[in-house]
Amino acid sequence: MKRYIMEHTYSIEAGNYAVAGEASSSIKGLLKKLGIDGGIVRRMAIAAYEAEMNLVIHSVGGSLTIKIAPDELLLISEDGGPGIADIDLAMEEGYSTAPEEAREMGFGAGMGLSNMKRCADEFNIHSDAGIGTKLQIKIYLK
Amino acid sequence: MGGYYHSVTLDKDKCKGCTNCIKRCPTEAIRVREGKARIIAERCIDCGECIRVCPYHAKIAVTDPLSSIYKFTYRIALPAPALYGQFKDVSDIDYILSALKSLGFNHVYEVAKGADYNTAFVKEWLKNKGIKKPQISSACPAIVRLIQVRFPELIENIVPIESPMEIAAQLARQEFYQKFGAREEDIGVFFITPCAAKMTSIKKPIGKEKSTVDGAISILDIYGALNSKIGDLQEIEGLQRASAYGVGWANSSGECAALSVERYLAVDGIQNVIHVLEEIENNKFPDLDFFEGLACVGGCVGGPLTFENGFVAKNRIKTLTDEMDKYSLTQNEFNAAKNSIRWEFTEDIQPKPVMKLDDDLTLAVQKMEKMERIFNSLPGLDCGSCGSPNCRTLAEDIVQGEASELDCVFKLRERVKELAEEMIELAEKIPTGRHGEDDSK
Ligand SMILES: Nc1ncnc2c1ncn2[C@@H]1O[C@H](COP(=O)(O)OP(=O)(O)O)[C@@H](O)[C@H]1O
Ligand code: SF4
Ligand SMILES: [Mg+2]
Repeated sequence: MKRYIMEHTYSIEAGNYAVAGEASSSIKGLLKKLGIDGGIVRRMAIAAYEAEMNLVIHSVGGSLTIKIAPDELLLISEDGGPGIADIDLAMEEGYSTAPEEAREMGFGAGMGLSNMKRCADEFNIHSDAGIGTKLQIKIYLK
Repeated sequence: MGGYYHSVTLDKDKCKGCTNCIKRCPTEAIRVREGKARIIAERCIDCGECIRVCPYHAKIAVTDPLSSIYKFTYRIALPAPALYGQFKDVSDIDYILSALKSLGFNHVYEVAKGADYNTAFVKEWLKNKGIKKPQISSACPAIVRLIQVRFPELIENIVPIESPMEIAAQLARQEFYQKFGAREEDIGVFFITPCAAKMTSIKKPIGKEKSTVDGAISILDIYGALNSKIGDLQEIEGLQRASAYGVGWANSSGECAALSVERYLAVDGIQNVIHVLEEIENNKFPDLDFFEGLACVGGCVGGPLTFENGFVAKNRIKTLTDEMDKYSLTQNEFNAAKNSIRWEFTEDIQPKPVMKLDDDLTLAVQKMEKMERIFNSLPGLDCGSCGSPNCRTLAEDIVQGEASELDCVFKLRERVKELAEEMIELAEKIPTGRHGEDDSK
């Protein structure tokens, strides 16, 4: 088992656009304060933002957790549904099921998951339709 | 180069130890300790926010007095374009420049002309493939320092081209030498500055080892003398040669207008700039080519060392430039400068991540956890009475060993109450009668 020296969990409410982005911005601030390399902070901040927005837009609500080990950062996004039926399709750039409400605000470009993958050294997504989605983004520190 | 230099300093006698400056500082660089403000040199970016906000005028910008120009046999003035917006009813820039020259200078070279050159060089630079987008203007030294301290990952986006002031200084020296053959060390070049940040960038330049400018004189310091000179000028010399674009740099978005880049964003006021830099860092502006951020509201016309209200000055600049030709630099001028001056940064801009808790990640995490615990025990009012800008920063200062929990007035009150209760408790335990008599009866 990996020993993490710090972890912090943020709960994310579905559909609450007023506070959307606050968790990822707080994660960014935390990593900066810890003195993590700027480029890595930026990658993690972008991944966390995309994950957070997906929780707000697509899920019934869930949580975002950042774990810190001396040699890696791990971001976990977990929600209680509705899950993704076809992950390969969801991963495709440009594919989006974002509702009208989200599109009006400029979301729904269908780039979020692929962006997360690009930012990650290890990217893991698991989903059960009807149950929920779990996403892991790992970035190496060394 | 080690050590710190800051133009922004504290006049201790005037400081009342209030909370205005600590709350306003964008890099949390000020604390009030033992009743007086203290500027943390590593964090200060010389933006001048504290100068503006201090009701007691205890924050000052150190600049050179006009008399200092006489250290040199020959003296050249480099007026910032913001100077042109300071005077009422002046429709010809040559009045201002001639008056300035008569204050003791042998020559006047407009920084606005340096801006025309800078624009031409930056246009060339932006053609480079493979540069990071958006490119971020390096014109405002306070913003460049802000990026070093708070957004080090954006350093790569900063345009590595010499500022209009540095370009103007080189060309002015060159011109003066060609005309009069004066020795390099006999020529003193002085920037007429709207801000402290520029003063600092002369003493501690960014992107180069040594500035070509010898000193900076505050617009505020010479405003009176200049204004009365303009009133009774004997002769007016044709010194003005910058374009409307160059002069327009005085106002926010002037640099962008000169560059005529398509996808640009110009933002003024340091808090606004911080918001945009956060978003650039979050990749929220994927299509942006150029970002101009100026620390002062309105641009340099709103600089802390200007005399006139920034909005009035902004309007004057607009009126002046509306009537000027919109010509730009000639190809000849550009080529000549390109081959004879240094127009690219010669040194990398270094990150200054002074906001981090510790160099060692494990220690940083320990401090962070301790900080959280302390923060949760504080009242969360962000009142600033402790001398730190907010409760979170006090928690950080405690963890770093620079403050104590009892600096918080509420914590202190709690502690005093506890002590008082203990005293009462103790007092109740003290036997009431005379010694030895109580139990015997
Ligand atoms: N947490 C989630 N729960 C359910 N569906 C999701 C979740 N995250 C992503 N999806 C699905 O994957 C699609 C693609 O996601 P993404 O690449 O982030 O694009 P976008 O958010 O712009 O739609 C979404 O439109 C949605 O159908
Ligand atoms: S905006 Fe202009 S006047 Fe203000 S700090 Fe920056 S360079 Fe100086
Ligand atoms: Mg998305």
